[in-house]
Amino acid sequence: MGVRILFLGPLSDLAGGSEREVAAPLDWAGLLDHVGPDIAEQLGEARVNVACGGKVLADKTALHAQDGDEVALLPPVSGG
Amino acid sequence: MTLSTPRDVRLLDQGLSVGEALAAFNAAHGEAGGIVSFLGKVRPEGDVKALELAHYEPLTLPGMRELTEEAFERFSLDGALVWHRVGTMTPGDTIVLVAAAARHRRNAFEAADFLMDHLKSAAWFWKRERRSDGWHWIEPRGQDHADLARWK
Repeated sequence: MGVRILFLGPLSDLAGGSEREVAAPLDWAGLLDHVGPDIAEQLGEARVNVACGGKVLADKTALHAQDGDEVALLPPVSGG
Repeated sequence: MTLSTPRDVRLLDQGLSVGEALAAFNAAHGEAGGIVSFLGKVRPEGDVKALELAHYEPLTLPGMRELTEEAFERFSLDGALVWHRVGTMTPGDTIVLVAAAARHRRNAFEAADFLMDHLKSAAWFWKRERRSDGWHWIEPRGQDHADLARWK
């Protein structure tokens, strides 16, 4: 089953798609490795958030996604 | 139209009837002394052909509900309606409709303002525009963050 990585908003353009399936478990170092240097650089910015299992992580570097988890990469928002 | 009371929070994937929504909201809050509403639209400017709003299901609606709850407590509201579009829209279309009912007008004005500032730059939406040369993601403006900071 693995871990599903979702690229929201402008990150989907950088990733060349809106989702990707990777092997579980997935930690912060593994995530940076999977997404490539451009997105890894974005993830380093404080204004880019990461959610795992539908919850925004207070400390994204503590990511520990298990089999079946969805990891969403959330760039700065623009609604209204 | 039946609204959930006292809070009606929705994500809509198609157009909405503002008149019907506000009439129903008014009818549902007969006890309120005043209702303030805000309607946000796709600006017909430049060569913008379409606007698309993306969201993230597990976070967007729960986040809007929490925000509405916060406004409710902070401004002693009698009722709130918070509707936001997702999907593709064209210039002139409604993107967002917010209404706040309160005993006194000041609270209703402030609650609508508070809700909008948070929906603009603290809710889980991503916006892009299609112009003649393709799609462009919209970055949040510095003004949006300054507006949000007023409520801290």
